[in-house]
This record gives sequence, structure tokens and C-alpha cells, in this order.
Amino acid sequence: MSTQASEAAVAPGARTTRKRRRGESHDPVNWWLTALLIVLALTIAVPLYFAVVTALKTTDQLGGTGFGLPTSVRWSNFADAWRLTDFPRTALNSAIITVGAVVLTLLTNSMVAYAIARNLERKLFKGLYFYFVSALFVPFPIIMLPVAKETALLHLDNRLGLILLYVVYGLAFNIFIFTAYIQSIPRELEEAAAMDGASTWGIFWKVIFPLLAPMNATVGILTCLWAWNDFLLPLVILSDPGSATLPLVQYVFQSQFQTNYPTAFASYLMAMAPLLLVYVFAQRWVISGVTQGAVK
Amino acid sequence: MTATNLPASDAGATTSRTSSPAAGPGRPRKSATQLPRTFYLMVLPALVLFVIFHTIPVIQGVYYSFTDSPGYGPSNLVGFRNYIALFSDPRVLHAYWFTFLIAGVATILVNIVSLAIAVGLNGKIKFKTTLRGVYFVPNILAILVVGYIFNYLFSNSLPALGQKLGIDFLSTSLLTQASTAWIGIVILAVWQAAAFNIIIYIAGLQTVPQEIYEAASIDGAGAWRSFRSITFPMIAGFFTINMVLSLKSFLQIFDHIVALTNGGPGTDTESVALLIYKGGFQGGEYGYQSANSVVFFIVIVVFSIVQLRFLQRREMSA
Repeated sequence: MSTQASEAAVAPGARTTRKRRRGESHDPVNWWLTALLIVLALTIAVPLYFAVVTALKTTDQLGGTGFGLPTSVRWSNFADAWRLTDFPRTALNSAIITVGAVVLTLLTNSMVAYAIARNLERKLFKGLYFYFVSALFVPFPIIMLPVAKETALLHLDNRLGLILLYVVYGLAFNIFIFTAYIQSIPRELEEAAAMDGASTWGIFWKVIFPLLAPMNATVGILTCLWAWNDFLLPLVILSDPGSATLPLVQYVFQSQFQTNYPTAFASYLMAMAPLLLVYVFAQRWVISGVTQGAVK
Repeated sequence: MTATNLPASDAGATTSRTSSPAAGPGRPRKSATQLPRTFYLMVLPALVLFVIFHTIPVIQGVYYSFTDSPGYGPSNLVGFRNYIALFSDPRVLHAYWFTFLIAGVATILVNIVSLAIAVGLNGKIKFKTTLRGVYFVPNILAILVVGYIFNYLFSNSLPALGQKLGIDFLSTSLLTQASTAWIGIVILAVWQAAAFNIIIYIAGLQTVPQEIYEAASIDGAGAWRSFRSITFPMIAGFFTINMVLSLKSFLQIFDHIVALTNGGPGTDTESVALLIYKGGFQGGEYGYQSANSVVFFIVIVVFSIVQLRFLQRREMSA
């Protein structure tokens, strides 16, 4: 016990000194590279800075390059944009669609991938695998026209229909990465659970699904970004203006925005803010989640 | 990244494992009759929905491509007439040319830019985590919304700046002429897509063991030399996948163009996806644009396969 404790206390210290010593002799912090990367990162900040200053100006402060700070701040641009685009309702539509798509995708796509991954030696399931994954090669424009007709016919030209489409169109990619991941999980765990009398259904939810957490994070993040930011699918599917999503509303009001840029920019900022805020707090987690999917 | 051949190899491993006597006991032998019905029930709902919302629309799209349907009411079968007309329609041909131009330039630029930034972000720098976080931000934002901001920058701020500095090229809006509008579209596309590619390249760079670099620097290899001889060959798989995915997504470019030019002036900056949307939904060319989308589908598949073959051969010889 005491030796373990002392080892634990010594080991990290030893490692850090070794690392630091190596860091100092071989590769010190490259300040030129750091500075260069910071300057390049400004290209990302410029459009966002521009959106903020423009959203705070009055229309007669526009003109010139537009990069100057506002001389007097007009907060009511945000109130105008809020009213014009019916922000609470639009944001709620986006949130419902995104949450619905993420939750349903995680629950169903992982399950389908599990059934396929564990039976790939059977012709039927192998065929299903290739059937689903081949959809990766089908560009959306080829189904765009028929699916818009079809959803209208089935009365799914609404939020529910959109959620279903995100879940179904995600299948190709998600089955691809879930299957690869499930195959790396040893079957022994399931066999032990089966010996204890667990059903296939129970095994999936109690043994496998928790083990899929890293892949669930990847798929959840990617689905969330897709559903929240997507423009084309809501554009062709949604028929009721009341269920419009945030990007769709920016498009719909574009002609009215043309006459009042500060309101337009306030609206753009409000459309980008929710996910940006989530990202600021979950940044590390988001990036490691995306990376995980890339390496698999 | 080699997940493509995983299922096949694993299936092979499983069969060999079940046939070997050592693995026999303890594992219930599965035969077609013993397979739990649950497995079928797990895939059935998804399969049904997939057939309804993916396969049937694809078949319908192919069917309509042989009709003169305007999108509503009755229509007649017209054989290959739509397909023949496509190849002599200047608007369609121009859309393909324009899409290839954007996709080609953007794919190459995005991969150069994001590989360079990824190498930088993987180096010995300060604020590593923060900088990585910042470079991912464009991927969080909707292309359409960012596109509207870029639209204003290109059509108002940049000309004002150009006039101030006396640069003729910049003093009018990029977006009002087709000959320059494509540059604006490519800038937006690269700005947005680099974010995701950087993350993939960083993941690739982290698979390269650091010891190799130390050995190389002892042998006197410079930074560029060790990038060319070590880094690039070792992340060639990531390069292949990024090139193929970028090209595929840029060929379907839509949001960028809606936000920046909406296809104008006239139809000079229309991409294929935008043309299919406009013609199919607003122009009463439902059947005709269905034929266009079938051709587009074939083009994308051929491009992906050719590119994959080409890059994989390079990967092997590298």
C-alpha cells in the first residue's frame, strides 16, 4: 500500500521532469509558429467581428469598409430581428428538430449497426450492410425532387418528417462507423451475459450501448451540427412557414433584410449564437468526439 | 480509416474461429434457425423507413427522368429525350463546368490550407488547445448564415477597401460578375470546410510516432524534407479520405451559392444542385431535372471511384 502510494507520488513527478528536460533541449516553444497561427486565426474572427459591429449600428452608420466600431449603439436591432423572424418559435423549431434527430439517431442507428455487425457472416446482413452504406454515394439532389413530393403526400412535410429524414439519411455513414467500432468489441462480454440469461435485446441495451459511448458522442455531435445548420432539407420539405428553422428563416427574410442590414446582422448573430455558446463550453469534448470518429 | 475492408476481414475471422474446435465450447453455435428473432426486429423498422425515404425516391427519380412531367398533373413517357436534350443545353453544360471549377479549386485549396494549419497546430506551440478550438469554429456555423455575412463583405467592405487603397481589381464587388464571383464562392467554401479537415489531419498527424522525427533530425533532415519523406507518406490515408470527401461535398455545393449570388448574374454562377432545385421546383422542369440528377449521380460516382483509385495507387507507391 505504502510502496504503491510512494510510487504513484514519484512517477508523475519523474515523468514531468523528464518531459520538461527533453522539451527544453530539443524542442522549445516555437513562438514564430504560435504567432503565425494566431494571425491566421484572425481570418476566422474577422467575419464574426464584422457581424457584431454591424448588428450594433444604425443604418446611417453603414458605409465605408464597415469595420469601425459603432459610434452609437442601437440595441433595438436585436429586438427588431427577434420580432421579425419570430425568434422564440424559430429557435424552438430548430431545437426540436435537432434534439429529435440526435436522440432518435443514437437510439436506432446504433441498434441497426449492432444487428448487422454481429451477423456479418450471414449473407442477408452483409447484403444489408452494403445496401445501407452504398447510400453514401447517392447525392442528395437525385432524391430531392421525389422526396419532397412523397413527404407532402404522407403529410410529413413538417418537423416530424424532417426528424425522420435526418435519422434515415444518417444511416449510411453511421452504420459504417458504428459497425467498425462494434466489431472491435470482444464477443465474450455478450456471451457471458447470454449465459446469465440476458436476451439479445437486453444485451444490446445493457452491455453494448454503454460501451458505444465514444461513438455515440461522435455521431451525436455530427448529427447535431448537420440538423441545426442544414438549409437544403428544410427548404424542400417544410411547407408550413410556422415550422421554419433558423437558417431557413434567414433565407425567407432575405428580401426584407436587404433594406436593413443591421437588423439582418442581428438576426444572423442570434441564429449562430445558441450552438456557438454550447461549443464554447463543450469545446474539448466536441473536438475529441469528432477526432474519435475520424481515427476509426 | 481502413474501416472499408473491416467487415469482410472480420467475417472471415469469425468463420475460422467457429470452425476451430478451441472456440467451440462456451459459444452457442448459431445456425439460420437459431438466430434470435430480435436481430431481425432491430433492422426491420430502419430498413422499411430507408426503403420509403431513400430507395423509392431514387427509383422515382429515375422513372421521372424518362417523362416530361412538370412536377404536377399527368405526364408522358418520352424515352431518352431528356437525356439527349441535356447534352445540348448551354445552361446545363455551364452549370457542370462551373461546379467542376469550384469543386476542383476548393478541394485542392482546402486540403493544402488545412494540412498546413494542422501541421502548425501539431507543432510545439503555445495555446494549443485554444487555437485548435478556434480553428474549428467555422464548422459550428450554418454555411447559409455565414454566407450572408461574406456576401456583405464581398459586395460592400472589400470594394470600399479597394477604392481606399486604389486597387482596381477590388474596387467593384466580386459577386456581380461570373468571372470573379467564383473566387468569392471558393473563399467561403475553403473558410468553412478547412475547419473539419484540420481536425482530421491533426488526428492523422498524431498517429506518426515522434521518434521518427528525432531520428530524421539527427540524420540532418530539415523540416520540409522530413514533412515530404515522413509525415506525408504516413498520413497518406487521411489525405485520400479528405480529398474524396471534400470533392464529393463540393460537387454538391448549394448553400454557398444561394447566400452569395443565388446563381446570378443571370444563370452564370449556378451549380448543378442549384439548377436541379430551381428547374425542378420553380421552373416546371421536374422530369428534365430528374434526368439531370441521374446524370449528376453517375458523375459523382465516377469521380469518387477514379479519384480513390488514383490516390490509392499513389499511396502505395509512396
